[in-house]
Amino acid sequence: MSTLEIRDLQVAVEDKEILRGVNLTVKAGQTHAIMGPNGSGKSTLAYAIAGHPKYTITGGQVLLDGVDLLELSVDERARAGLFLAMQYPVEVPGVSVSNFLRSAVTAVRGEAPKLREFAKDLKAGMDALSIDPAFAQRNLNEGFSGGEKKRHEILQMELLKPKIAVLDETDSGLDVDALRVVSEGINRFRASGETGVLLITHYTRILRYVKPDFVHVFAAGRIVEEGGPELAEKLEAEGYEQYTKASA
Amino acid sequence: MGLNEKPLSTLHEKASYDLGDFDVPTGREEAWRFTPLSRLKGLHNGKAEPVGHVRVDVDAAPEVTVETVGRDDARVGKSFMPTDRVSAQAWNTFEKATVITVPREAVTSKPTVLTLTGEGDGATYGHIVVKVEPMAEAVLVLDHKGSAVYADNIEFVVGDGANLKVVSLQDWDDDAVHVSHHHAQLAKDATFRSFVVTLGGDLVRLSPSVTYTAPGGDADMSGVYFVDAGQHLEHRLLVDHSQPNCKSNVDYRGALQGEAAHAVWIGDVIIRVEAEGTDTYELNRNLILTDGARADSVPNLEILTGEVAGAGHASASGRLDDEHIFYLQARGIPYDEARRLVVRGFLGQLVEKIQIEEIRERVMNALEAELSR
Repeated sequence: MSTLEIRDLQVAVEDKEILRGVNLTVKAGQTHAIMGPNGSGKSTLAYAIAGHPKYTITGGQVLLDGVDLLELSVDERARAGLFLAMQYPVEVPGVSVSNFLRSAVTAVRGEAPKLREFAKDLKAGMDALSIDPAFAQRNLNEGFSGGEKKRHEILQMELLKPKIAVLDETDSGLDVDALRVVSEGINRFRASGETGVLLITHYTRILRYVKPDFVHVFAAGRIVEEGGPELAEKLEAEGYEQYTKASA
Repeated sequence: MGLNEKPLSTLHEKASYDLGDFDVPTGREEAWRFTPLSRLKGLHNGKAEPVGHVRVDVDAAPEVTVETVGRDDARVGKSFMPTDRVSAQAWNTFEKATVITVPREAVTSKPTVLTLTGEGDGATYGHIVVKVEPMAEAVLVLDHKGSAVYADNIEFVVGDGANLKVVSLQDWDDDAVHVSHHHAQLAKDATFRSFVVTLGGDLVRLSPSVTYTAPGGDADMSGVYFVDAGQHLEHRLLVDHSQPNCKSNVDYRGALQGEAAHAVWIGDVIIRVEAEGTDTYELNRNLILTDGARADSVPNLEILTGEVAGAGHASASGRLDDEHIFYLQARGIPYDEARRLVVRGFLGQLVEKIQIEEIRERVMNALEAELSR
C-alpha cells in the first residue's frame, strides 16, 4: 500500500513565498480534499509536487513510499506512481492523443503495451468517459472544450494507474453532466482501494459525487483546518471568509 | 531572428541569361547577406570548374517520357530567366539537361522519381525541365544525396488545367554544397504542389519561385528542414502574382539544434497591379532546440493592387514550449522523447499534406533519423 507524505513543504515562485510549510499524508485507499480560496496556494502544491520548473522548493520533503520525489525529474516522478490531473491541460500541436497515450503508458509501465490490448483498454476507457472515439486521432487537447480536456485527464489517470493522483480543480468549468462523468471516473479509479487521491477544489459541488475521507482547508500557503467530510458542509454554509481574515 | 521588412526592389531586380550581368556577390547584397559565401566552394564566383558528376537516375511512370538533351534543345530555358549569379552560372555551364514530359491529359500511375547522387568529385551544374502538358497530372520526387558541389535550375512548366506535385528531398552528405532554383510556371487553372525537405549538406540554398501566365493558377509550397550543428540551410521563396485570381500558400517549418546551426528563410510575395483577386498567405516557423542555433526569417509582401481576396504573412521563431514538455513529462515520458514528440508533431503536421503515403512515410522516416541523432 502506497503513502504520499508531504513534510513541511515550502515553495516559492520568483522569490515570492507561496507555500509556507505544508504537512499532509495521503495513504492508498484514502481521498483527501484540499479546499481553499483562490490564491491560497492549492495549485502551487499540485504543481510543486509534480515538479513544474516554475516552482522553487525552498524546504521540506515529498515522499512517495519513502522516495523523495523532489529529487526526481518530472517524468521520474510520474513513473514512480504520481499523477497530476491538470487544471489547464496544454494543447500540443501535431501530437495525436493515441500516440501520446501509447507513449505515456509505455513509459510508465516500462514496456510497450500490446497493440490490440492497448486499443481495447483505450476504447473501454473512452466509452466509460463518453469520449468520442475520433478523439484518439486528434491533436492533444487541441480544440477540446473545457469538459473534454478534463475527461481526457481522467482517461489518462485510468490508463496510467498511478499510486497517488493529484487532481487540480478537475471540477472547474464542468457542467453537471460532465461533472458526473468525471466523478464516476474518479470513483472507478479509487474503487480498487489501492490508490490515494488528493482532490484540490474551490467548490464543494464535486464532493457530493466524490466523497472525501478527509478535508483540509488551505489558506495563505498552509493547511489551517482539518476534519472529516462535515468540514466541507461547514465551508459550503460559511465560505472561506473566516480563514482569509485569520491568515491576513 | 526577427522580422525585417526590406523593399522588394533590392531582391529581385534583375533577370538575365548572361552571367556578365551579375556581379560576383560580396555578401553585402540583400540577396546574399545571410549566405556564408566562403562555403559555396566557388559556385558564386566562377572558380568552381565543372569537373564533377551528379548521377541522375530516373524511375519514371510509364506515361511519362524522359530525355537527356543538349543545351540547344528548344524546351530548355523557356519558362524562366536566372535572377542571381549562381543561377546564371548554372544556366551557362550545364552540359546535359533532363527533360521530363507528361503528355496531354495523361494521369500518371505512379510517382516519377529522379535520384541525383553526388559523386564527390568536384563542382557540377545541372538543369531539369518538367513539362506537364494541359490537363495532365503527375507526381515527381527529386531525391538528392551523396556528396556534391552542385548548382542547378529546375523548370516546372505546368500547363492549362494540369496538376503537378513535387517532393524535393535534400538529403545530402555532410560536406555537400547545393544551390538550387526551382522555377514553377503555372498556366491557366494549373495546380502546383511543392514539398521541400532539406536535411543534409553543409550548405543548401534553395530558391523556389512561382510565376503565373494566366488566371486561375493555384500554388502551394511547403517545406520542412532540420538544421544540425554547423549546417546552413537557406530557403528563399518567391511568388510573383502577375495574373488575376490566382492563389498561393507558403508554409515552411524548421527545427534547429546544435552550435552554429543556421536556418534562413526569406519569403517574398508580390501582388502586381493586374493581379486582382489574388489570395495568398506565407508562413515560416522555426523551433530552436538548443543554444547556439540561429534562425533568420524574413517574410515580405508587396501589394500593388487594392483588389485582393486575401493576403497575409507570418513568421515565428521560438524555443520548445516548457509547458508542452512538462505536460508530456508529467505523464512519465522522458525529456528526450517528449522533445522528439513535440518536434515530430511540429514538422509532421506539414508532412501530413503529402498525399502519397509511401513518400509521406519516406519523409517521416528521414525526419525520425534526424531526431534520433
